[in-house]
Amino acid sequence: MKPFTFERVSSPAQAAAAAAKSRGARFIAGGTNLLDLMKLEIEAPTHLIDVTQTGLGEISATGDGGLRIGALVTNTALAAHERVKRDYGVLSRAIVAGASGQLRNKATTGGNLLQRTRCPYFYDTNMACNKRVPESGCSARGGVSRQLGIVGVSEACIATYPGDMAVALRVLDAVVETVRPDGSARTIPIAEFHRLWGDTPHIETALEPGEMITAVVLPAPLGGTHLYHKVRDRRSYAFALVSVAAVLDAEGRGRVAVGGIAPRPWRVEAADAALPDAAAAARALTQGASPTDQNAFKIALVERTLAGVLAKARGEFA
Amino acid sequence: MKYVEPVGETPIDRQRVVGRPTPRIEGPLKVTGRAHYAYERHDVVEDPLYGFVVGSAIAQGRVTGFDLAEAKAQPGVVEILTTTEMEALPLGLGNSTTLFGGDVIHHYHQAIALVVARSFEEARAAASRVRVSYARTPGHHDLASIADTAPFAKDGDKGPDVSALGDFEAAYAKAPVRIDATYTTPDESHAMMEPHATTAHWQGDKLTLWTSNQMISWGKDSIANVLGLKPENVRLDCPYLGGGFGAKLFLRADAVLAALGSKRTQRPVKVMLSRPLVFNNTTHRPATIQRLRFGADKDGRMTAFSHVCTSGNLPGGDIENGVSQSRLLYAAPNRYTAHRLAELDLPEGASMRAPGEAAGMMALEGAMDELAEALGMDPVELRIVNDTQVDPENPERKFSNRKLVECLRRGAEAFGWDARNTTPGGRREGRWLIGHGMAVGFRNSIPRKSAARVRLSGNGQVTVETDMTDIGTGTYTILAQTAAEMLGLPLEAVSVTLGDSDHPAACGSGGQWGAANSTSSVYAACVKVRETVATRLGFDPAKADFSDGSVHQGSESRPLADALGAGEIVVDESIEYGDLAEKFQQSTFAGHFVELAVDAYTGETQVRRMLACCEAGRILNPVSARSQVIGAMTMGVGAALTEELAVDTRYGFFVNHDLAGYEVPVHADIPHQEVIFLEELDPVASPMKAKGVGELGLCGVGAAVANALYNATGVRVREYPLTLDKYLDKLPAIA
Amino acid sequence: MDEPGYFAVSRRGVLQSGAAGFAAGTVPGASVAFAAENKAGAIAVSRMPVRLEVNGEGHDLTLDTRTTLLDALREHLHMTGTKKGCDHGQCGACTVIVNGERINSCLSLAVMHEGDAITTIEGLGTPEAMHPMQAAFVKHDGYQCGYCTPGQICSAVAVLKEIAAGVPSHVTEDLGAPMQASNMEMRERMSGNICRCGAYSNIAEAMAQVAGESA
Repeated sequence: MKPFTFERVSSPAQAAAAAAKSRGARFIAGGTNLLDLMKLEIEAPTHLIDVTQTGLGEISATGDGGLRIGALVTNTALAAHERVKRDYGVLSRAIVAGASGQLRNKATTGGNLLQRTRCPYFYDTNMACNKRVPESGCSARGGVSRQLGIVGVSEACIATYPGDMAVALRVLDAVVETVRPDGSARTIPIAEFHRLWGDTPHIETALEPGEMITAVVLPAPLGGTHLYHKVRDRRSYAFALVSVAAVLDAEGRGRVAVGGIAPRPWRVEAADAALPDAAAAARALTQGASPTDQNAFKIALVERTLAGVLAKARGEFA
Repeated sequence: MKYVEPVGETPIDRQRVVGRPTPRIEGPLKVTGRAHYAYERHDVVEDPLYGFVVGSAIAQGRVTGFDLAEAKAQPGVVEILTTTEMEALPLGLGNSTTLFGGDVIHHYHQAIALVVARSFEEARAAASRVRVSYARTPGHHDLASIADTAPFAKDGDKGPDVSALGDFEAAYAKAPVRIDATYTTPDESHAMMEPHATTAHWQGDKLTLWTSNQMISWGKDSIANVLGLKPENVRLDCPYLGGGFGAKLFLRADAVLAALGSKRTQRPVKVMLSRPLVFNNTTHRPATIQRLRFGADKDGRMTAFSHVCTSGNLPGGDIENGVSQSRLLYAAPNRYTAHRLAELDLPEGASMRAPGEAAGMMALEGAMDELAEALGMDPVELRIVNDTQVDPENPERKFSNRKLVECLRRGAEAFGWDARNTTPGGRREGRWLIGHGMAVGFRNSIPRKSAARVRLSGNGQVTVETDMTDIGTGTYTILAQTAAEMLGLPLEAVSVTLGDSDHPAACGSGGQWGAANSTSSVYAACVKVRETVATRLGFDPAKADFSDGSVHQGSESRPLADALGAGEIVVDESIEYGDLAEKFQQSTFAGHFVELAVDAYTGETQVRRMLACCEAGRILNPVSARSQVIGAMTMGVGAALTEELAVDTRYGFFVNHDLAGYEVPVHADIPHQEVIFLEELDPVASPMKAKGVGELGLCGVGAAVANALYNATGVRVREYPLTLDKYLDKLPAIA
Repeated sequence: MDEPGYFAVSRRGVLQSGAAGFAAGTVPGASVAFAAENKAGAIAVSRMPVRLEVNGEGHDLTLDTRTTLLDALREHLHMTGTKKGCDHGQCGACTVIVNGERINSCLSLAVMHEGDAITTIEGLGTPEAMHPMQAAFVKHDGYQCGYCTPGQICSAVAVLKEIAAGVPSHVTEDLGAPMQASNMEMRERMSGNICRCGAYSNIAEAMAQVAGESA
């Protein structure tokens, strides 16, 4: 970890201003991913701006019946919030499927959206990685790729977005609110927040340099049955092979998004339209897939996971 | 004490302290954070420097140069040691490649430099500024691609590691029921919770290492050999270590580099391997490819038995001894077993908990399940039909005590084995397919020399001193129990000092030999203490009874303290063994039973319950013995379902080198476990009439899980770990 | 032929500061004198004062900003009950309780804990006066080597409070109902604390005992 200077700011405006004047700065809140990466010098900021005192830790109702979730609300607080448990169960369930209790107590809503990939070659600084060092090559291609992406990936990068919370936010059509270094605010639909890798896998989100997430806004509740099924090798504390977030009616119609297979939470209009036909929806979700030999099983796993989620929505299991 | 014939009745048989469920005596220190591990010795070392190890970025080749300018300029840096500034250091015991020195790279993350700095943060930052250039050479990284041409391993001086009896091929060809199955097991990592760590300090010619090591006397001799020191100038101290499972049997780079760094700086230096370095820098359980061929009569009796295990290692490295149990476990007149060993340029393969049996039984007991299936026979009955009371390769040689059949019958009954569904894929509960599987557990009990010192002081307090280690096995407590039992004192009167190489050399912790041998040494020392006490009190040592702090003979009774006066009685004694191990095969036995649920949609697995019924002679402390077994069962679940060091066959390294990528079991993987110990004594094995148990609990578990997966789904997976990608396409179609 | 120590890129050469889009991207232009580099590329260490309140006692330290809460406890305060197992949030051995919530102290900067109430294993109890959870771990043999144990105990204490507070878990079937300290609820919630010795079943029994006593 490189030395860095540290400052604490007390408002989003101060944070934006600090970012504007600091060369090589990063915001830090929970720090659970950033510090992990800094220890390996995958991230090497020279200045950290502590945003934990900026007053973004509240959850409040919006005028249209939705919720505004401050960027600093922790994963635990969000998953345990009474309105979230009642009206946005898929979000609670996705959050508690991720990481561990300790990490969820620190990880924030804003930071979790920025969680970086778990590709092992990204994590090994001896290995070529276009995401870590642009245009250096991709060691994952031809290497150990069982966990990696099958859709939306590119020649340059086959990594996945590893998080769970965002998969639920995608199915809920959440909106990300930000402040830019010049102090101006904007909103970014969750569908546009995570970028596909293309030729620039080091650019992962729609955020501009120095731009800070201030809140995530949920639209009014959808009703229906909220499910999140995360498939992984061990029963807990592991990243998804495939995950499915779903909000469905009793016939299995509604919305689905898939995690663990792409650079972003993967939602396809045609898949929603194909529901409750799991096979047809899965075909739409995995259309154009370009898996490796090691992760081709994810195509069948998407269908089977989706079928299980639909069966549960139909009340087939207690 | 030389143990040459089975002992008769001893004071241990009273079982007033030994054999009673006893909480660990060091427990309160551990649960309150007061037990100090190797990197935490603020109690004895002031103001140490911090060493950070740099690992090689290539798997094979040479280091052609270092550029240290930037690293040396970093704040706080005191010294940087590089591998090219010295010749390759000699090997320590059990090392197959050098731990430091020279320009040749044998494996990924081999230690090539140590940065010593004032703080951990400064050392780590400077370490990533050490610039290295390499010349890479090609190597063999893929066991499967070279297994077919791997030569037979060498069995010491005895030539090829091949054992044959009768005519396997002819008997196999004639057998009415045959199985021919090839199983693979992956490279596995010990993944103990405390990374390898050492604090080193020189005072003149004398070196002290506060280190995390299972085998103190091996470690002492090894560091002396590696650094060219006189053994008497080296002291190792390891009162606690945070797990080992074989990873800390041998000297590793943390100790060597801490010692070198301390020598160079003339300051105490402490080194902990960073977790990402542990997987490739240190040792692992090597992957295997195992072919099993069985021929049986229709009643299940095997007439032909063959097991050939192929593994790979660096030149000079050892085999994964996967056939070991197959030479002893089942009767069959025609037999062929062998080990093959390929040269493989991956990190060092070496012992991990139950080396040999753990991987070997994952294959053997899976194939046995296949044979039961082919015969239409209950898998438990198949094992019973093929049980033997003698060494199958040497029928003159009996087992000292073999109660495998009892383990299986009692375990099956307690588990409810008979109530299982016998049609594969035939039981479903909601989204779950439910299956049951069983396997035999088998692991040898190994006699080894071990020594201890027992001090009996005037106030009736006893101190046991030995360099024996407690790696979580419960050594502190069973040694105290042994001394208390022998001297007729309460457990609280005994204190135990472990892990200090200044104390008598014990057998160390490995090969599940620690408990029986280290307690036997305390037993032997106490026999002498009793003789001295009885003689001084005018009693007959053979007849005196030591109870309640007094010595009794007939109607006479005198306090123990009367024998002591102002001084203390100090006895150094060891246990050594005659030829009982040659005359009798000494082994431990278990029946493992598993209930597994498999998600019919996704193939996810959930162990629901596990049961082991074990025979290991006297169970010295049922609390810690049970913990050893449930812990081993947990490790077996990991081996069966998730654990695999993923090899990048292009670059020759384990890719998933952290605890997120290498998935060991977590709490949620282990819902319910039960352990039954048969009440048996084995006086052939040791004067304590005890054998080992710490590895038995692992052997066979993986196969029991795999067999349960087969029973649940009807899919036989022979490639461990049983991750869902290997059977998803064979699960029943989804509606 | 010589080649640098990587396969296509320099590890120890130019360390790219990563994605422009990640968190605060690299902000161009400004010439603030943060973290000045000298000619050899050495960056000055930045130190900051911080007051840590650990187990009710205040400690004034001046720390390298890079110091984690874990290393501050272990190396500066010599409170080594909190363990370093992975240093990357992947094992839970470093778990401490901060303001009533359990966290991984390895993934938290010490300078970010000014004013926080930090409870470590040393603060829960002593060998002579153990916390009920510590005593239950001894009674049920909820450990073996002891290295993950302080983290397990800190986590276990906090887990029972999380259940009481209605925090859901992955195995909670009904998000609206009161949470139960059931076997699988505790096993799921404890899954961020790895025990390679495999004491899980005994830890569950220790927790069940304490949960039963406090229920």
